[in-house]
Amino acid sequence: MNDLIEAWREQVRSAAAAGGCIAIRGGDTKAFYGRPTAGEPLDTRGLRGIVSYEPSELVVTLRAGTPLAELEALLAERGQMLAFEPPRFAPGGTVGGCVTAGLAGPRRAAVGGVRDFVLGLRMIDGRGDLLRFGGEVMKNVAGYDVSRAMAGSLGTLGLIVEVSLKVLPRPPAEASLRFELDEATALHRLNAWGGQPLPISASVWRDGALTLRLAGAVAAVDAALRGLGGERLAAAEADALWAGLRDHTDAFFAGDKPLWRLSVPPDALAVALPGAQLVEWGGAQRWLRSTAPAADIRARTAALGGHATLFRHGERSGDVFHPLPAPIRALQHNLKRAFDPAGVFNPGRLYEGL
Amino acid sequence: MSGNAPDASSLGQAERDFSQVDKHRLVTALARVLPPTCLLHDLEDLRPYECDGMAALRQLPLVVALPETEAQVVDILKICAEQAVPVVARGAGTGLSGGAQPHRFGLVLSLARFKKILQIDAHARRAVVQPGVRNLAISEAAAPHGLYYAPDPSSQIACTIGGNVAENSGGVHCLKYGLTLHNLLKVRGVTMAGEVVEFGSLALDAPGYDLLPLVTGSEGMLAVVTEVTVRLTPKPQLAQCVLAAFDDVVKAGDAVAAIIAAGIIPAGLEMMDQPATAAVEEFVHAGYPLDAQAILLCEADGTPEEVAEEIARVRALLEASGATEVRVSRDEAERMRFWAGRKAAFPAAGRISPDYYCMDGTIPRKRLGEMLQAIQAMERKYAMRCINVFHAGDGNLHPLILFDANKPGDQHTAEAFGAEILELSVALGGTITGEHGVGIEKINQMCGQFATPEILAFHRVKAAFDPAGLLNPGKAIPTLNRCAEYGRERMGSTRQPAHPELPRF
Ligand SMILES: Cc1cc2nc3c(=O)[nH]c(=O)nc-3n(C[C@H](O)[C@H](O)[C@H](O)COP(=O)(O)OP(=O)(O)OC[C@H]3O[C@@H](n4cnc5c(N)ncnc54)[C@H](O)[C@@H]3O)c2cc1C
Repeated sequence: MNDLIEAWREQVRSAAAAGGCIAIRGGDTKAFYGRPTAGEPLDTRGLRGIVSYEPSELVVTLRAGTPLAELEALLAERGQMLAFEPPRFAPGGTVGGCVTAGLAGPRRAAVGGVRDFVLGLRMIDGRGDLLRFGGEVMKNVAGYDVSRAMAGSLGTLGLIVEVSLKVLPRPPAEASLRFELDEATALHRLNAWGGQPLPISASVWRDGALTLRLAGAVAAVDAALRGLGGERLAAAEADALWAGLRDHTDAFFAGDKPLWRLSVPPDALAVALPGAQLVEWGGAQRWLRSTAPAADIRARTAALGGHATLFRHGERSGDVFHPLPAPIRALQHNLKRAFDPAGVFNPGRLYEGL
Repeated sequence: MSGNAPDASSLGQAERDFSQVDKHRLVTALARVLPPTCLLHDLEDLRPYECDGMAALRQLPLVVALPETEAQVVDILKICAEQAVPVVARGAGTGLSGGAQPHRFGLVLSLARFKKILQIDAHARRAVVQPGVRNLAISEAAAPHGLYYAPDPSSQIACTIGGNVAENSGGVHCLKYGLTLHNLLKVRGVTMAGEVVEFGSLALDAPGYDLLPLVTGSEGMLAVVTEVTVRLTPKPQLAQCVLAAFDDVVKAGDAVAAIIAAGIIPAGLEMMDQPATAAVEEFVHAGYPLDAQAILLCEADGTPEEVAEEIARVRALLEASGATEVRVSRDEAERMRFWAGRKAAFPAAGRISPDYYCMDGTIPRKRLGEMLQAIQAMERKYAMRCINVFHAGDGNLHPLILFDANKPGDQHTAEAFGAEILELSVALGGTITGEHGVGIEKINQMCGQFATPEILAFHRVKAAFDPAGLLNPGKAIPTLNRCAEYGRERMGSTRQPAHPELPRF
């Protein structure tokens, strides 16, 4: 394993010296995401395996090329899970790809995103230095929290070789409820319920129907089922629904019309844009299939206090992520230079120049 | 801007010399942008700012500014940038690692007048507050809506949300509800260049690199926080607390692991050893069993049904782990009494000893017993007492070393004792600080936890936000020279520091 890490460090150093670039890839399940990049391919899948797993510590440490499926199976054996439900999209994804993509699934609003579960990591920076940030403990404020900032960086700051993640017990009980509601009412209810101590672990609204997933202690789920009303889904139907939303195998995500992800405050009103919409995360994530001009979509989302990502399909050579205000953009460029001064890793994948 | 900003090749090598700062010139420039009531520079006015919660270290600043608006913060920072003056932001000054300790040639930027709760949006479950708002004040303002701000440091009646952001503070409930970072939506701040920036957003994420985790816990070194939007959490219908006594600390540690392994994430899971229990009992009369070697407090919250289910499981696990006594709080008053002792641990230490030194290492939970035994051995080695309170659920330890600063050598011994605990925390796979920050206090131990490439990376992160290195210089991230010095000291047989003028406590 160390030989491979040493070889990669050498590859990074020589690319940096020669003005070359490296395109990091794991299982290639998220190649559609972000902007097109170029460079000598570096496949992380040679570096795989669980380094340590202590269920009673709620921590797992693994090498970046470990298949996500292998990790999830291991956790399931011990009644635990990656609580942020990373989308898999297709088989073969790796843990490193999951962390750098920074994407979370249906449980995001209830438990937090990828960065909230990153405890530490080891990475190779653009100088070829091997760095270790964070650790394997829940609370750690020694040094800047670099490991969490790697979540969502799309491999543009460094090559993650090992990561420690916090895991959580699977909820003992789960049940899904469906309500016939228009979008405005659904959004209002979701926010109102969010202010009550209810065990809601996921939500989706589309085509006049809101579905909630309840999860937690048996008693808590039972009490919520009694109090909320609605129509209970059969377990198999519910599982298929949430898996389809998590992995984008649901029919909503089929076809090649541009797919936009609008990340907005949960209380934002219905977004008036042409195209089909699907609401998740208690109102905080709205999916949109639309050929409307990017500028219109961005302007309307920004007006609601959110930001829009051209998630899949469409014209990807311009900005796919929301343009940044100038002072934040300057900080981001400084940060990129701090870790990858020669611009070796995944050039342009996140933004032009990053 | 300042001509003597560090260049890339010497970044992080040595402490910068700020002795050229001209107090008169600084005061003159500040007086143009601040009313006289917002500017202190006479000795007697500066006194209250000479230390934070780590009172052993005192240092007067040149000037204290107490701005009232963000525009004034911008002006102050621009003046300081122009004149290359170090700036130390300050909240309530309750920090325990010297983070808000003034710089000898610098300005203290107090956010004490930023006290407004700007908005409580009950429907969207968020609060927008100014940085000088006290942690508890947010929960009080949210209470009529059945909401609260979850992170609850023991200092919550005094500490500010700005300080909480700067330290990524925790509390007894963060095992289940997360640290400060996990309860933040957006932080607005001003960089040393005087630029107003927003980290995070009202949505659940923001585009580009996620800078919020970098700024949170950055000890006032990346930006001055001027507004914070926090997430509010619905108040659980019921909370109940279990108190368990053990005749052996290792058994208590094993009980903690057993609870987590059973898939339970309690709302709080705290441990105290026998001397700590005795100290707080004498102080608050919580009714703790005094013969136990360790006591555990385990809290369940949720619906009444959920709490009943969890309490029953916890009780069974505690009994199976060998608890000699298990009590369940019968009402809210009793629950508060169970917690009163734990929350009063620091003042209780202050009562039984003239001084105490609070450590903050975090270790993997399974090493708790080992750590406690090692601390007992260190008590003998240093002939000094140490009482132990732990956030056991997340492995965060607060050993309180008891000493008397007026006794010659005591402070030095306490410091050596503390350093050994921190080094052992790292050796056991943990960290030197779980929630109190590095500040000036643990800056040497950073050299043990991180190697040169990481220390350099931290300096580069700092420079990405503050290229001139003026925000809280000398804190949290050691220079490479300091680490080299520390390394030589550790190698040598004597513990006599080579540079007595360098702050070490
Ligand atoms: C009795 C006692 C109990 C405590 N219990 C806990 C506990 O349970 N958990 C815990 O985590 N901590 C605890 N602490 C430590 C302390 O209360 C926290 O670190 C707290 O967050 C500090 O807040 P403050 O407003 O006092 O900040 P200060 O001490 O004034 O400052 C702390 C740091 O934050 C920076 N800072 C302050 N305001 C800003 C701002 N607006 N912008 C940028 N930087 C800023 C300062 O420069 C400094 O580096 C305790 C302290 C005491 C005295």
